[in-house]
Amino acid sequence: MAEATVNIIGLSRDIYKGLPTTLCAGCGHNSITNHLIKALYEHGVEPHLLAKMSGIGCSSKTPAYFVDQAHGFNSLHGRMPSAATGAKLANRQLLVLGISGDGDTASIGLGQFSHMIRRNLDCTYLVENNGVYGLTKGQFSATADLGSTLKGGKANEFEMIDICGLALELGATFVARSFSGDGKQLVPLLQAAFSHKGTAILDIISPCVTFNDHEGSTKSYAHVKDHDVLLNVPDYILPGREVTVDYEPGSVQDVELDDGSHVLLRKIDRDYDARDRMAAVSLVHETRARGEFVTGLLYIESHTADLCEKERLPKKPLASLTEAETRISREDWDRLMATT
Amino acid sequence: MQRIVNDFTIRVATVNGSGSQSSNLVLTGALFRMGIPVAPKNVFPSNIEGLPTWYDMRVTSRGYACRTRDIDVLVALNAATWRDDVASVKPGGVIVHEATYPITEQTQRSDITYYAVPFAALAKEHFPNANLRKYLLNMIYVGILAELLGIDAVAVRASLEAQFSAKPKAMESNLAALTIGVDFAKANLLKNDPFSVEAIPGRNKNFLMMDGNRAAALGSVQGGCSVCAWYPITPSSSLCENFIALTERYRSDADTGMRNVGIVQAEDELAAAGIVFGAGWAGARAMTATSGPGLSLMAEYAGYAYFAEIPGVIFDVQRVGPSTGLPTRTLQGDVGFAYTLSHGDTKHIVLLPGTVREAYEDAMRAFDLAERLQTPVFVLLDLDLGMNTWMTEPFPYPTEPFDRGKVLSAEDLTKLESWGRYLDVDGDGIPYRTLPGTNHPNAGYFTRGTGHDEFARYSEKPEVWERNLDRLTRKHETARGLVTAPAIEETGNTVGIIAYGTTHHAVVEARDMLAADGIATDYLRVRALPLASAIADFIHRHDRVYVVEQNRDGQLFSILRTELPAHLVSRITSIRHYNGVPIDARAITEPLVAVERAPVVVAD
Repeated sequence: MAEATVNIIGLSRDIYKGLPTTLCAGCGHNSITNHLIKALYEHGVEPHLLAKMSGIGCSSKTPAYFVDQAHGFNSLHGRMPSAATGAKLANRQLLVLGISGDGDTASIGLGQFSHMIRRNLDCTYLVENNGVYGLTKGQFSATADLGSTLKGGKANEFEMIDICGLALELGATFVARSFSGDGKQLVPLLQAAFSHKGTAILDIISPCVTFNDHEGSTKSYAHVKDHDVLLNVPDYILPGREVTVDYEPGSVQDVELDDGSHVLLRKIDRDYDARDRMAAVSLVHETRARGEFVTGLLYIESHTADLCEKERLPKKPLASLTEAETRISREDWDRLMATT
Repeated sequence: MQRIVNDFTIRVATVNGSGSQSSNLVLTGALFRMGIPVAPKNVFPSNIEGLPTWYDMRVTSRGYACRTRDIDVLVALNAATWRDDVASVKPGGVIVHEATYPITEQTQRSDITYYAVPFAALAKEHFPNANLRKYLLNMIYVGILAELLGIDAVAVRASLEAQFSAKPKAMESNLAALTIGVDFAKANLLKNDPFSVEAIPGRNKNFLMMDGNRAAALGSVQGGCSVCAWYPITPSSSLCENFIALTERYRSDADTGMRNVGIVQAEDELAAAGIVFGAGWAGARAMTATSGPGLSLMAEYAGYAYFAEIPGVIFDVQRVGPSTGLPTRTLQGDVGFAYTLSHGDTKHIVLLPGTVREAYEDAMRAFDLAERLQTPVFVLLDLDLGMNTWMTEPFPYPTEPFDRGKVLSAEDLTKLESWGRYLDVDGDGIPYRTLPGTNHPNAGYFTRGTGHDEFARYSEKPEVWERNLDRLTRKHETARGLVTAPAIEETGNTVGIIAYGTTHHAVVEARDMLAADGIATDYLRVRALPLASAIADFIHRHDRVYVVEQNRDGQLFSILRTELPAHLVSRITSIRHYNGVPIDARAITEPLVAVERAPVVVAD
């Protein structure tokens, strides 16, 4: 009998699965869920240490569809970053994975999104970006491109909010864009995000087959495939593993991540440096002006202080502090209560 | 002239930002050190500098802690309010005023003793530094009052030293200013009024002075709070600021610099609430402090946490609303709102401390109740309790362990074949929960604000929805027996009074006044919502019960009318005070006597 296939912590891939999806057949989000399952499996994430956080919307339903054993928190519309912040403070050993959408992030949740980045909360934050409100049946979201049209033909009159551009401006320490259909790029990006300490933003274009896959939409499968411009293709190397692949000098950027793992960026543009924030900002602006989606790891800054470090939190979860670890001692108390 | 000793009220009228708070604290501290019961009330503007501010210090031999309308001694140092301030003084009173203020037709009263003091000229003469002058000017009136009223010099000195213990230089110049006041009064003012103080040795021996926000912060530390998320808002900010200072001092490891607390100044109150409930979900004891406008923003997460059953503590230091209202004035205006905060069928746990000691105890208790009941717990202070300084006995050191509630560990799970996150195993409506990070394959569950069954699975079934809501009602009934019982003083009278929070202090004086007037009363003080069954029993034992509170609409009165048995509703009458300054005894006695003494109309 053949041995069951297991990952580096001895768990089978089935452990990383969840309930059957209730999203539409062909939804980009389902592909992302599958890539997530692969990434979590490959990465050897302990299910009990995974906290699946989400807001409200189609994207935010997806934490039910992977790693059934993990705790999930399907919070309020646009308010997941605050709950994720609280959970991480309570137990910094948790791997916090936030799943959001373009409505959840770029409209109702723009404030919490911004301040999560500002605090460099250690989490992986996915925006499953389809430019449209699905659950309320097809209104524009704030990431819809100027001039793109709804199913009924109505054109969007307003400028779009660029998730990556905004994240870069706010000081995010990990900014990537990808496409739901590109598992080859997305799986290693996700693993790099898990290894990154600080807020890792992944803006994933994920077409909505029901409300935003028509001609005139700039987030349809056809349009994205036509306008997807690869910046780099990452290879993720687990901590302690040797880099065995040979690359032509100058064609690869090797970035060491916080946990000792590496991400090797096979560069399409040999001059691009993913550690240069200004270059990333320019790239986002230039490609958008050309109507292109640039995908890959746009920017990374490792070894920064995340919120828990700034807060000087001990490794032991705050959730498990005892009376003796939290109460003022009797001696100090008597001094505080000194009477005249 | 009949002397009036230890029973009068001093009002200091100054301009905000002039440093008069230090002078007032020195005065209060000196009176306190003499053993005289003192109750200060700071009536201040929402302003950094320039608007009028008043500080009342009530000294009473009986220890009354509520505000009084009767101002006996006025220190007038604000030209802008000079005329109104003169009018505020009770006949027979005293006015110490800046000598240059005009005594005209409007400000000349024959029933008042005036002491003119050239404060500005004295300050100019003695303090060449113009920046410091306005602050030091205020210390001069401390010296004047000390001399006029007979405040013990040693007590003043001790109080001054306590106030400036960290600033020896300021100590020196303030002492000089104080002496200028004393010397001026000695040389120039002829005592011609009945007011004086006399030391009561040992009376305040077992007391200290503290504000309610600090008390609640101390309770949060001792209650094991390890996550604090907040957004600054008057009058609650000092609660979190005290918590931060205390944890920095007592939760930090001197060797590693690590701190057993996480503190986030959030982007708004809604995010603060999200952080609290995210932390509560992951097992930390978490709190936020806010006031009415912030509570409005928190409504969204309050409803979520009620329905998803997540512990968390929300302090609401109430101020005047609606809307932005008056940020620096007091009201018990959020009782009804907090009780049902959020849309849909929601009922919360609300604790109603009335004293600083109760603010400490309720704060500590709130974390136990939140985890025991897996729900938000609201602790309602008000500006009067939170920001004014009160005499209090020392708070007892906590001896009880934390009540972490029904949490299943990995070991517990190995003994269970299955478990349901929202399953009522014990019949008390409280289910079991697990925390993220629990190393067992069955530990995980999915938390959501949408419909869910006993096993935390999404459900839209009508019977599942109803069953869940009915269980939450059962949990609320369990809470009714767990929250603090009402405090009752009863000697078989036919008239009863019900109050809560800081209204208590006015009720204490009002009951004495009523008793002297031939109306003996019993008294029940509500300490929490949901209403304990003892409240209906109390009303049942009385013919007429007056429900006294500080809001326009009678918020507790409305809750009582909704929840009391129908035959008791006609027995309760609402008495309300809502002008933004703390309630005084006459606001209770006058309407109550009017009803009690109303002519009885007998129908033919």
